[in-house]
Amino acid sequence: MADLILTPNFDNADDFYANLLALHDGLDKTDSDALNARLVLVLANHIGDAGVLSQALKTAELHDNQD
Amino acid sequence: MNKIFETPLYAYERSPDQDTATPVRHKVIVVGAGPVGLTAAIDLAQQGVGVVVLDDNDKVSFGSRAICFSQRTLDIADRLGCGNPMAETGVQWEAGKVFFDDRKVYEFDLLPEKGFSNPAFVNLQQYHLEEILVDRVRALQAEGAPIEIRGRNKVEAIGTHDDHVKLEVETPEGPYNVEADWLIASDGAHSPTRRMLGLDFDGRIFEDNFLIADVVMEADFPSERWFWFDPPFNRGQSALLHKQPDNVWRIDLQLGWDIDKEREKRPENVIPRLKAMLGEDVEFELEWVSIYTFQCRRMEKFRHGRVLFAGDSAHQVSPFGARGANSGIQDTDNLCWKLKLVIDGKAPELLLDSYSRERVQAADENITMSTRSTDFITPKSEMSRLLRDAVLDLSEKYEFARPLVNSGRLSAPCTYKGSSLSSADALNGPDITCPGSACPDAPLGDEFLLPKLAGKFTLLTIDAEAPERLEEGGIQATRLALSVKDDLTLELKRRYLGDADSAIYLIRPDQHVAARRDTFEENAFRQAMRRATGKE
Repeated sequence: MADLILTPNFDNADDFYANLLALHDGLDKTDSDALNARLVLVLANHIGDAGVLSQALKTAELHDNQD
Repeated sequence: MNKIFETPLYAYERSPDQDTATPVRHKVIVVGAGPVGLTAAIDLAQQGVGVVVLDDNDKVSFGSRAICFSQRTLDIADRLGCGNPMAETGVQWEAGKVFFDDRKVYEFDLLPEKGFSNPAFVNLQQYHLEEILVDRVRALQAEGAPIEIRGRNKVEAIGTHDDHVKLEVETPEGPYNVEADWLIASDGAHSPTRRMLGLDFDGRIFEDNFLIADVVMEADFPSERWFWFDPPFNRGQSALLHKQPDNVWRIDLQLGWDIDKEREKRPENVIPRLKAMLGEDVEFELEWVSIYTFQCRRMEKFRHGRVLFAGDSAHQVSPFGARGANSGIQDTDNLCWKLKLVIDGKAPELLLDSYSRERVQAADENITMSTRSTDFITPKSEMSRLLRDAVLDLSEKYEFARPLVNSGRLSAPCTYKGSSLSSADALNGPDITCPGSACPDAPLGDEFLLPKLAGKFTLLTIDAEAPERLEEGGIQATRLALSVKDDLTLELKRRYLGDADSAIYLIRPDQHVAARRDTFEENAFRQAMRRATGKE
């Protein structure tokens, strides 16, 4: 089973973060939340692998039993 | 209060220029005796260019102000004969910690690699740096170098002409006129020169206030940069702790926009904030308190005819990342060798436009970096705060999120990508030494590479043949012949060869790479010399 990548993997983390903030620029909270929801689904589809997605869901919960 | 602030470092003295019937013409006049102006003056005087520095004051800057000086700045200071006192007086550091709420989430090391003569950073109060630079000016004067500083000489008016500038200067003994072939305006963010010439200075204003306090205390915090997001002692805001020489600690507390500045600056309001941060029982003394806001902006171009802007007068950034004074000193590093060639008639005036282009590129990089840091440190919307906090929460447990944590991307030299002075890359070599980049240091047994590259065009050959000298258009490049065997740690190979078997680098006097290829080809390097001096 493929493992979720938890080491740095961005081509350019700062560029990505700046683009992400720019995407939200000027949106109210409801629209921002909706945008984030769509983004999660887009990225999840790209990953596809059920095992990796399941690890990602757990990781986002920040539970202490994660490695 | 520290006596250094009260003693004149360059007291007013009457100059013979004040008693002449017609104004005296100097090669270069520098306006402003801060770190940038003094650095420029020392660089020019070392090259034999006559230079006069005018400053409306006669003392070091008040308070610590700029404190973090980068490896690149120290490399430049080495070339100017000031690197040792800076490294010796300063507090060396390369590590930092990031805290979120009440816990440490992340640690970093800026220099995981070894093999550099200088540390990643030293912390040094601006007044100490200015004192070191003035000492260097005095030493140059003792050697007969053509350099002087005139205290309490305030420029009141500037007349610009095709081949010179004319200044009206106010002194305690009345005004006088003086002229210069070239003027370097390093007179700070509020540059009177820029104002008198009616030039633009546009950018983004950040609506936030930060309290800077320098405290003297005996504390056993390590020499590291500690940064807090949303700590219990400054809820919803940020904080920074940094060590300076003489047991002085820099504390930087974000206060928010809607505050009463005068009230916040009073000791009775500052001290409780510091106690909340440092602990009730820590003994400390306040040395300096200031409240600042900031802007990120730059002039459209840094050369206006015979007037060259350098440092804060040309560009301003947020303080996160130590990109203010460091970039100003790098401006002078870029400018002075070009100005020398133009003054000597060995390069066209157009070469000075490359100063503007290359340093505008650097300023834009600095503004982008420090703006992004500011956006991370002080989120401007509920969503950007949620994302920021998510990054911090994840970074505590997962390494992948740490590159997203941005408490300041610390000053690194700009690679002049696409510069008209650089030749196309003709070596399958490492990215860090591509044309336009600042040469990284490398160990050579008991010595280091960078001091051997200082202040002249160098043809660095690594396991390659080339003539000892290459002269093109009256400008000479001198060979420095090295082999990968000269560095048993193999950093020279890693940084300059990569997978290549041999390399030849043409290196500019400011230690930036102009061209590189695997073997010597005379025509290619002659063309590279012409390009690097604005002739092609």
